[in-house]
Amino acid sequence: MDVELSEVAQQAKAALAGVEPAPGAAKPDPILVADGVRRTFGGIVAVDVDHFEVQRGSITALIGPNGAGKTTFFNLLTGFDKPNTGTWQFGGRRMEGVAAHKTAALGMVRTFQLTKSLTKMSVIENMKLGATQQRGEKLWNGLFPFLWKHQESEIEARADELLSRFKLDHMRNEYAGTLSGGQRKLLEMSRALMTRPKLVMLDEPMAGVNPALKQSLNAHIKGLRDDGMTVLFVEHDMDMVNDISDWVIVMAEGRLIAEGTPDDISSNPAVIDAYLGAHQGKSLMEDA
Amino acid sequence: MIAYSLDWNNVAVASLSAFFGVNAMYYAIAAIGLNVQFGYAGLLNFGQAGFMACGAYALGMTSHYFGISLWWGILLGVVYAVGLGLIMGIPTLRLRADYLAIVTIALAEVVRLTVRSVSFKTYYNGSDGINGFAEEFRQVTPFNQSGRYELSPFADSVSTGGAIALWVAFVLTALLFGMMTAQKLKSRKSWPLVPVWLASAAAYLGLLLAISTKLIYPGLQFKSITVGWVIVAILGWLVWLLMRSPWGRVLKGIREDEEAVRSLGKSVYSYKMQALILGGVIATFAGMMLSLDRGSVQPDNYSRDVTFFVLTALVLGGAAKVSGSIVGPMLFWGVLAFTDVFLNELYKAWGNNISIFGIELIASPSQIGQFQQMLVGAMLILLMVFRPQGLFGNRKEMALDGR
Repeated sequence: MDVELSEVAQQAKAALAGVEPAPGAAKPDPILVADGVRRTFGGIVAVDVDHFEVQRGSITALIGPNGAGKTTFFNLLTGFDKPNTGTWQFGGRRMEGVAAHKTAALGMVRTFQLTKSLTKMSVIENMKLGATQQRGEKLWNGLFPFLWKHQESEIEARADELLSRFKLDHMRNEYAGTLSGGQRKLLEMSRALMTRPKLVMLDEPMAGVNPALKQSLNAHIKGLRDDGMTVLFVEHDMDMVNDISDWVIVMAEGRLIAEGTPDDISSNPAVIDAYLGAHQGKSLMEDA
Repeated sequence: MIAYSLDWNNVAVASLSAFFGVNAMYYAIAAIGLNVQFGYAGLLNFGQAGFMACGAYALGMTSHYFGISLWWGILLGVVYAVGLGLIMGIPTLRLRADYLAIVTIALAEVVRLTVRSVSFKTYYNGSDGINGFAEEFRQVTPFNQSGRYELSPFADSVSTGGAIALWVAFVLTALLFGMMTAQKLKSRKSWPLVPVWLASAAAYLGLLLAISTKLIYPGLQFKSITVGWVIVAILGWLVWLLMRSPWGRVLKGIREDEEAVRSLGKSVYSYKMQALILGGVIATFAGMMLSLDRGSVQPDNYSRDVTFFVLTALVLGGAAKVSGSIVGPMLFWGVLAFTDVFLNELYKAWGNNISIFGIELIASPSQIGQFQQMLVGAMLILLMVFRPQGLFGNRKEMALDGR
């Protein structure tokens, strides 16, 4: 396996090799750092993360059983939800209280667990919407095409390039609503890339995707790292997590319970407990 | 059942005149505005009448309260509409669409009840409304107020210059519509562009000329109609331009899924506010044109029914299409006038009684109006069943709903 690793991937693995595999471990060059992030819904503590770091230029997986608070944690970090307490920095900039739309402009883009393709817009329109800092998106400028036509053609060229990379170019002019579930995942990911992000946060990119497409999606995500982006993703598919991630962070009941390389994690008793229960392997009769 | 001589000319003149008439004109302006909010941005604004009242009362208050020239009223109306838009939008645009609907319908009623209340009589003159402010508009006129005018280049009342202007307008319109038809036929059946364009343009020109001889209006109305349709054309063109721009793309994205648009770095709240205010400002012109035509501002011209009729007309034409927002209101009023005049003529022709197979449908003139409403309602139901996207809407888009 190691022979096919790109230079960037090797760097990421090397940087993380010296990190102690414990929850909340400090990384040599973190792009995202969170401290004391806590979110409660009534009496239920959905997220309670003491310390959390993501290494720049790595692919980090965030795993955990259903209801562990992974998506809520995503929502908090990207400004879609507000925590009760907590601070976090992205690339050294304080991010708490920053509105959701501004996080994207700062280079932190996310996708959604339930794919949000804009169904009544064509695939290419979906893509072009992703580009940030468009002059024509100001009301008054919209009336004067000569102000934005040039930028628009640049954006369109970039969108076409991404579409062909994600093998969606044949659907360019179709409505996004006619795409299959897997194609929508691809569209959402490539649309997010139109914002030129530094950190891509993918919420279950593999949910509902067939095995053949999973392979190419894996390759695409590795490609993001090779292009200099940092990837943080939530996933249940352990094959994928083992295949592509440089580092794995495990959440259960709102807390970080383990961290480490994929190999560390698959043998970690705390993770096995969280997924399968603490009495794994014991006879059910003992408790009775 | 004696005389069957129906006066078809009367029916044609009445329905075609309504097709291009004052009601269709001011509804079209309001529908263009509502289309920005509802059709493109997906904002369920049920308070369009409130925005229309802003325009009407801005004009009325120039003479009644402020004592300034009528023309300042245009600026004042825009200011009122922006204010109303902010009041509506600030508390609700962060919430789900349903709440906007509730607040807008309530605020439009607040506007109406405020302007008709006795307490504010100094400002709005209560339920009497405001009269006699439109003289400045009426005086600027090339038309004789008491005369009758035909919108036809062949008519006696039209001067040489007017006839030339009409010919130019008709030929350009025919060429535009011809091009739209030709492009559609080219993409669907790959028919050649230029011959089809010229042939269909000639057909449209013939149709326009034939229709134009049936368009007869009193002088005063003729003026508000010409001014109004020019406003419709300008506003329609501006909205069309905007919706092809990246700004319009963001609005359509918000209609589809605002979370997704937010995740891509757009300030959804700000765009929704812009759309609400822009649509409202457009609707003020509808209120202005109505009150200029009537020469009076009446609070009850801006009640809930107006909002819902405008919405009906928009859906009839096809939401999220500029052409739909203009033709929908024309058709709405055209069909209303047609059924009204047709039933009246039929009633007269059949000897003051309409009965089919011995079943008496209409026995007195007062029943005609009710029967007409039933007919129009049935037509709208049929339209929604067989063409849910409206006349100009996109069938493919409709089919994607609910995914």
